[in-house]
Amino acid sequence: MVDIDFSKLDFCSIEIRNDLQLAREQIVRPILARIADLGYCSQDQFAIRLALEEAISNAYRHGNKCEPDRSITARWAIDNTCAVIYVSDGGSGFNPACVPDPRSAENREKPSGRGIMLMKAYMTEMHFNKQGNELCLIKIRKAKPPKF
Amino acid sequence: LTDALCGEGKEIRMDESFSSLLSVERVNDGIHVVKLLANQAVDELPLLKMEEGLLALVDAGARRIVVDFSDVDHFSSSGLGMLLNIKKYLEDKKGALRLCHIKPDILKVFKITRLSEVFSIHKTAKGALASFDE
Repeated sequence: MVDIDFSKLDFCSIEIRNDLQLAREQIVRPILARIADLGYCSQDQFAIRLALEEAISNAYRHGNKCEPDRSITARWAIDNTCAVIYVSDGGSGFNPACVPDPRSAENREKPSGRGIMLMKAYMTEMHFNKQGNELCLIKIRKAKPPKF
Repeated sequence: LTDALCGEGKEIRMDESFSSLLSVERVNDGIHVVKLLANQAVDELPLLKMEEGLLALVDAGARRIVVDFSDVDHFSSSGLGMLLNIKKYLEDKKGALRLCHIKPDILKVFKITRLSEVFSIHKTAKGALASFDE
C-alpha cells in the first residue's frame, strides 16, 4: 500500500450520465490538463491517461452495460506528488479476482479482458471496493517537483 | 464501404467516411500499408470505424496488410482488441498482418500484454514489407 495521507488531499468530484464522450470532456480532459499543468513527465501522463481511459471504458461498458440512464462518478485529487482517482459506476459490481489473466496462452488472442491488467501495470496502486463497482487509481509521481 | 475494390492491379479508394482515420496505400502484389491517422486511438467510435475500414479492405481482397502507427501517440485495450479482430479475420482468409512504426510508450503496452508475441512488429514499413517474403 502506498503511503498517502488521504485526509490532506483536496478532491474534485463529478457525476455524469453514462456517456463516453461526456466522460472524456468532463473527467479525462480536466485530469489530463491538471497533470500536464503540474509538469508530470510524459511517461506518467501516458500511464495515467491509459489507466483512466480503461477505468472509464470499463465503467461505461461492463459496469453500466452501456445504459445511458446510469451514471459514472469520478473523484480526483492531484498534487505535485501523486494522483488519486476514483471511478465508480451504477452497476452491481464484480469480483476482479475472477477475471482471467489475459497474458495466458489460452487468453492471449482474445480481443478483450486487458483493461484491469493494464491499469495494474501502469499505476503505482489500483484497487476496487468490496462490491467491485468503484475503482481507485493511484500514481506516485516519478520525478520530484523542481525546487525554486 | 470501399467504393472500389483493391484486388491486384486496382487502385484503392476508401470511402470518405474513413479518410480522417485511415490512409491506404497499395504497395504491390496485393500488399497494403494502412496508416492509422487518429493519433489518440482510444475512443470507441473511431476504433469501431477503423475496424470497419480494415475489415472492408480485407473483404475487398487485401490479404497482406501493414498497419503503420507513425501518427499514433496513444492506444488502449480496445485498440488492441481491434487489431486482434483484424488479425484473425485476415488469417482466416490466409492473409497476414504486420505492424510498424510503433512508438516506445505504445510498444510497451504490447509487451506488457504479451501481444508483442502475437503480432509481427517491425521498426519500419520497409522491414514489415520485407517480412512477407521470409
